[in-house]
Amino acid sequence: MSEFTLWDIVYNLLLAARWTVLLSLTAFVLGGIVGLLLLMVRTAGNPWVMRLVRGYVELFQGTPLLMQLFIVFFGLPLIGIDVSPWIAAMLGLTLFTSAFLTEIWRGCVESIGLGQWEASASLGMNFRQQMRYIILPQALRIAVPPTVGFSVQVVKGTAVASIIGFVELTKAGTMITNATYAPFTVYGCVAVMYFLICFPLSLYARHLEGKLRHVAR
Amino acid sequence: MAYKFDFGAIVPHWELLLDGVVLTTELTVIGAVVGVSLGTLGAWARASRAPVISQIVGIYVELIRNTPFLVQLFFIFFGLPALGVKLSEFQAAVLAMIVNLGAYSTEIIRAGILAIPKGQIEAAQSLAMNRVQIFRYVIIRPALKKIWPALSSQIVIVMLGSSVCSQIAAEELTFAANYIQAVNFRAFEVYFVATALYLAMSVLLRWVLKIFGNFLFERRSHV
Repeated sequence: MSEFTLWDIVYNLLLAARWTVLLSLTAFVLGGIVGLLLLMVRTAGNPWVMRLVRGYVELFQGTPLLMQLFIVFFGLPLIGIDVSPWIAAMLGLTLFTSAFLTEIWRGCVESIGLGQWEASASLGMNFRQQMRYIILPQALRIAVPPTVGFSVQVVKGTAVASIIGFVELTKAGTMITNATYAPFTVYGCVAVMYFLICFPLSLYARHLEGKLRHVAR
Repeated sequence: MAYKFDFGAIVPHWELLLDGVVLTTELTVIGAVVGVSLGTLGAWARASRAPVISQIVGIYVELIRNTPFLVQLFFIFFGLPALGVKLSEFQAAVLAMIVNLGAYSTEIIRAGILAIPKGQIEAAQSLAMNRVQIFRYVIIRPALKKIWPALSSQIVIVMLGSSVCSQIAAEELTFAANYIQAVNFRAFEVYFVATALYLAMSVLLRWVLKIFGNFLFERRSHV
């Protein structure tokens, strides 16, 4: 049996932390794209589509992330698609992220005055042009702070992916604990690493918020 | 061959699921009551003029808000025994939920306190109310009323988050689902039903919190 020094623990956790970062980035980017598409179709005004997106958001905000991952992980093989934990985690987190982001962004779009829509419509712009040139540039500015803030939730959400067997930071922590019998040290280190990833994001979100409030005054 | 769904395979295990729902509810109720109380204390400490306490609470809030709940849970359940603190699965799960919600509600309630106009507090002082009276009657009630929707959402999030407590074998709803699918191999059906139960619970919880908020803040506001 080999001995684990503190450095061994930290080094192995750092290796695993790359997967946490990669999974977070992938889920965030893909979730952002899906969220933006959902935002587009729901603001386009078809009431049925709106209700559908509303239900989608309700579903993901009203159920545990763990259940969403389980459903993807155990559900997709039933329709003949074999998924690895990585694919399942990525897919589950992407859907989760898209639901939250589209809801955050909806608030931002709705905060843009109706006059802006009317003015651009009176200039003969169609929906795509209105979105592209008038609404989104203004809405995005307001959207940045809460979006950065939500990225912290995505990073923390990736920890749940450990439960379906994806080896990222938390799973690595469990595995190292099983080898070292030093749960206090290992989970302490794991927590510190999450903190080092998330805290700068939190600070940045707060900084952006402060800046926006300044501009608004 | 296409997969045949068989939701009937869950029926014999309905009592396990019900037990799970009951335990998740217990976790949530205890977590919410104690967690929000802790958050109120924390918010008071943050708003108080004692810088050391305020900073300690600030560090606690940031530590909790920037680490995953699952890691907090593991730390409490697996890590704390190294310090001689041994907790049962249920105790560890409840403690993790309290500590987690405590941090979030500290921040939420603090925002409510900051939104109280200064004139209100000065008016209370001019009526010779002491600090405890001012906090109780002038600050915390209107503050809680203002942030009640945000606090309710956070309580729902904590309820949903409790599903990871299955990982330390606290026998809540997800644990029950894990157990059933290990027995009848109907993973998708079981998790589908469990997800529906969670959805129903979160809708119900939101509704209960709304009614409770109305009861707390509307009815007595004119007395």
